[in-house]
Amino acid sequence: MDFPIFHLSLLGDRFLFVMIAILHTIINHGFAIGLVPIISIMEFKGFLHKNSEWDELAYKMMKVVFIITTTVGAATGVGIWFSASLVNPNSIASLIRVFFSAWLFEWVIFVSEVALVMFYFLTWKKWTLGLSKEKHFATGYFLSIFSWCTMAIIVAILGFMMDPGDWEQKRTFWYGFLNPIYLPQLAFRTFLALLLGGSVALFLIHAFTKRATEIRAKAVKFVSLWVLIVAPLALISGWWYWYCIPDLMKSHLSVALGTIQFQNWYKLIIQILVSGVILAVILALVQLFKPKFKYAIVFYAILVVWLSASLGVFERAREFVRKPYIIKNYMYANGYKVEDYPLLLKDGILKHADFISMKVITPDNKVEAGKNVFMLACAQCHTVNGLNSIRGNFNRMYGANKPWNRDAMHQYIRSMHNARTFMPPFPGNDKEIDALVTYFKVAQYSSDPEINVHGFNELSITKEQNKLLIDFMNRKDSVQKSIERKSTIH
Amino acid sequence: MNILSILLAANIIGKDVTLPLPVPEWLLIVVLILMFLVHLLFINLMVGGTILSFFYEILGKKNKDYRTLAEEIGKTITVNKSLAVVMGVAPLLAINTLYTKFFYTANSLTGLVWILVVPLVIISFLLVYLHKYTFEVLETRHRLHLAILGGALAIFLFIPFIFLTNINLMLFPDKWSVVRGFWDALLMPTVFTRYFHFINASVAITGLFLVGYIGRKKYLYEDKFSNISRKELQRQFYKIAFYANIAQFIVGPINLLVLPCIGLKADTLFTIIGGAIIAIIPTYYLWKEIKGSTENVGRYFVRIVVFFSITVLFMGTGRHLYRANAVRPYQVEMKKNTDKYLAELKAVQQEAKAKADKEAKSGISGKALFESKCAMCHAPDRALVGPSVKEIVSIYKSNKEGMKNWINTPGKKRANSAQMPAFKGQFKDNEMEALVKYVLGDTER
Repeated sequence: MDFPIFHLSLLGDRFLFVMIAILHTIINHGFAIGLVPIISIMEFKGFLHKNSEWDELAYKMMKVVFIITTTVGAATGVGIWFSASLVNPNSIASLIRVFFSAWLFEWVIFVSEVALVMFYFLTWKKWTLGLSKEKHFATGYFLSIFSWCTMAIIVAILGFMMDPGDWEQKRTFWYGFLNPIYLPQLAFRTFLALLLGGSVALFLIHAFTKRATEIRAKAVKFVSLWVLIVAPLALISGWWYWYCIPDLMKSHLSVALGTIQFQNWYKLIIQILVSGVILAVILALVQLFKPKFKYAIVFYAILVVWLSASLGVFERAREFVRKPYIIKNYMYANGYKVEDYPLLLKDGILKHADFISMKVITPDNKVEAGKNVFMLACAQCHTVNGLNSIRGNFNRMYGANKPWNRDAMHQYIRSMHNARTFMPPFPGNDKEIDALVTYFKVAQYSSDPEINVHGFNELSITKEQNKLLIDFMNRKDSVQKSIERKSTIH
Repeated sequence: MNILSILLAANIIGKDVTLPLPVPEWLLIVVLILMFLVHLLFINLMVGGTILSFFYEILGKKNKDYRTLAEEIGKTITVNKSLAVVMGVAPLLAINTLYTKFFYTANSLTGLVWILVVPLVIISFLLVYLHKYTFEVLETRHRLHLAILGGALAIFLFIPFIFLTNINLMLFPDKWSVVRGFWDALLMPTVFTRYFHFINASVAITGLFLVGYIGRKKYLYEDKFSNISRKELQRQFYKIAFYANIAQFIVGPINLLVLPCIGLKADTLFTIIGGAIIAIIPTYYLWKEIKGSTENVGRYFVRIVVFFSITVLFMGTGRHLYRANAVRPYQVEMKKNTDKYLAELKAVQQEAKAKADKEAKSGISGKALFESKCAMCHAPDRALVGPSVKEIVSIYKSNKEGMKNWINTPGKKRANSAQMPAFKGQFKDNEMEALVKYVLGDTER
């Protein structure tokens, strides 16, 4: 590893990244892409029917879009970069060199989108009469189309990142557009965004209008119809996407078609999406036939959260397709390059870790050495006791109340990538696996010992503490074993 | 900086990213210098605007025009802050690419505070909007309304510390092994002098910006202000710009003096001092604007802006030259380390390839397949993660096809143990045959 280690022991590093990225997607899809077209149609309706209430409501909704996208939306967009540099600096350092042009292009688009959002909102109260009002509609429609185009381009970049092809042989980023999953993914995102936008719109309409007013009835009717049109399209495109995923898995994953973990995500998307769409449709029908429905706003809040969650699960599953790589055939998810493995397997990873001064494993520093190895090779995706914990995984495999079997763990770590094909192979040598297993075993019985992960030339766990921890672990092991022996005799 | 500490730091600097730069280096440097200045301009206007808006709102309690002014400045903050964010992405990409090792290391060493930038930015931006849209609603609740902007201002005044700490820490790898987290790194002397340099610049630039902003022909000044004339207010902004600029002539040299001399080569010094000398010209015209008659205020505006822009270009370039000089010895060490690593790697890769070729020739072995794919969960005569081989044999002894099916798509039989992963697509037909034969004992163990 070539950078100091940043680790969140409870939530896991990936959680930080995923949270920021998903929040960004929800705002982009739900507000910029899904809501702006509804708003610009509402503005037009006000103009057409000479009804200033439509205009006023649309303006209030646009104010929400404006504020949310230029604060949370923009900051989380940049936040993706900030968190990537902490969570997996090795991979972002390489990714930035591989995808530089694509991201620079994305930035140009981003600048124009922010400019348009500001323009549309800030000229609303200035361009009010005759021709200038027409110019203002044009800005709104242009913004809607433009926001959608940014997504169309970014989905291509995402496709490219999922499978860069052989970029070394100069395949261009336009490959993304030829990706077999590109169109279904774009269609699915589009209609999910329009559905999410409709739900947000209904929520806002209820927040901004009074009960039993004419404008509320009209606006709710319009957006409910919108929902009824896009909801089935979201389902159909979702099914199309669902249908194409196995092909993608076949061509992108060199191995098994869908691991257990992936299948879980995969099923969850469909369940959560279908139930979300059904909820949206029912609400829309209720609103059409019984427009003065009392607690509608609460249901819309639930619907927005529900659909956002389905978007989150979808993003998570999409990320999974890349595993065990972060850049296909070049770098594993742990940040180690495929080509570096022969040297690391021989020398071990500690020897080549720039920010860890401990290079030689001895019985006296074994626990800390094990933790250092964990930080280098595992902590990108796992924690010890938090999210996606090794404790949970080993408990599931070896039983929660039995001493985890050292030899089995050793053998498992060495060849886990053969059975769990989404895991990268362990990069270090056998001595390091031995230290890692010792550390895990200590962590099975004791709380995870704290170390300063970029302490230069100093040990956090002294020789004496190291001995105490290992002795305690051995004692617990033998006690557990004797209990086990007794119970098998009986 | 002496030779010894460079040598010590050489151990820390380690290896570089091995992929080549995606675009020519000079292009990245141009993007970095120019786009960073654009980003900084909007950041200056955002921070300076917030400072001025805050103080004018305090004055606004007595003079209604100042309250109007606070509101007018507030309108520019929300636009400038959005431009500041989007314009920041290009230089961020460029610095990530050019100084990967240095920048990411600094980020990581300041960890949680670095990522805190994201929520802090969100909160401060929301507060700025809240302030902007509550001028009427909170007109009578003067203090509360001021406190909202005060909150945003406090955050705006803190965030630069995070960036400056990172940008300084990246320059000095000899500090990497010494600093303990953000608060420790913050105490590097250069952080504070650069901070005051930045705040001064924000106020000066915003003052100048506002002269132009209210001086536009399209700006309906008379509709908004009643007590102060346009020219008087412009002169006031000129004064703000002038005094902040004079302060800059004091903070600037101190800033230069506390910089570790590792980056201070002739090129850096000439560029920075050159920029400072050019800055004397617009300062002189600022003085003339302040001292001249009221009706003539504004006549040197273009000149002042042009000369200050030239100064800023010089300073931005000087800043880059300092950075380039400071990290150069480390880049040399890093290159050596990387080359050494790659040479070692090459030797081992050849060995590994020879070994892999040999193994590929030796043909399919059920034993080898079992050991690499199954043995971590299936032990010969006891249950490990899955059932023992003995048990497997007892189930499938006369049902080879059943066993193959199970391996391809296993179900979940045992409530207390983990489900077996599917191996479909992992074995060729003849490999599967060899594996099953080996497990069921049809071939020699």
